[in-house]
Amino acid sequence: MSDNFERFKKCAVDVLSVDEAQVVPDATFESLDADSLDLVELVMALEEEFDVNVEEEELEGVNTIQAAFDLVTSKL
Amino acid sequence: MTGRVVLVTGGNRGIGHAIAKRFATSGHPVAITSRSGHADDAANLLVVKADVTDPASVDQAVSEVEEKLGNVEVLVSNAGITKDGLILRMSDDEFTSVLDANLTGSFRVAKRVSKGMMRGRWGRMIFISSISGLGGQPGQANYSASKAGMIGMARTFAKEFSSRGITANVVCPGPIVTDMLMELTDEQRAAFENAVPVGRLGRPDEIAAAVEFLASESAGYITGTVLPIDGGLSMG
Repeated sequence: MSDNFERFKKCAVDVLSVDEAQVVPDATFESLDADSLDLVELVMALEEEFDVNVEEEELEGVNTIQAAFDLVTSKL
Repeated sequence: MTGRVVLVTGGNRGIGHAIAKRFATSGHPVAITSRSGHADDAANLLVVKADVTDPASVDQAVSEVEEKLGNVEVLVSNAGITKDGLILRMSDDEFTSVLDANLTGSFRVAKRVSKGMMRGRWGRMIFISSISGLGGQPGQANYSASKAGMIGMARTFAKEFSSRGITANVVCPGPIVTDMLMELTDEQRAAFENAVPVGRLGRPDEIAAAVEFLASESAGYITGTVLPIDGGLSMG
């Protein structure tokens, strides 16, 4: 978990231009000032980092860091 | 002046070439794509080979530009083909192949460069459409459809990427003196000249001037617009 979360965090910091400390499981994308385009960008970066494929419709309802992390890691 | 990295597809001749030369003269680093990978006049231009109907080729070409010049900040989507014929004699293939090159090709390149523009929080996309896309043109059902399609697509780019400092606009040239126009018969060209309120055919540099403006800092509040440059031909 922690190793993957570190990789996830690095992507989020890069793409969303946020502080590492802000990337906590229950942070919402709204609280990170991330819009739908940011989320798509983040998922694209995560797809590359984790070598997984996320479909557009799977992003529905993904509002928090935890949800995005679970979505991506469920495919490993 | 800080140069912006400019990519002009189909910049080896005609309107695209005039646009590329204008940006280069103004001091911007400019890349052009051509199907052959060559251009007769390539001074101050990086020429990359690209077939816009092939996504892998588009990716490779843009990667080459990114490596050599940096992320593309100004895209002039200009590459296009014609396969004219009256509708009754136009095959499905003649229709779809022109759509694929002109419309889907333009989508492929714009999508590919949009990632870099998003990261840079700045971008200018200028799509070279045609007045054929506004008013239709006998013999050009395929070409007109592709050029009209660019308008809806460009406006979607404009809306989806507006929060990232990226603008997308469309320029619709009228009859401009290029090789493509020279494929028309003398009678067809004369008919154009007579129909144009300004009373003459246009020059490629008259398109290039508008494109350069749309790519400038000053044009940051202009997005989703469609600008005919046609001596008044498409009025009313």
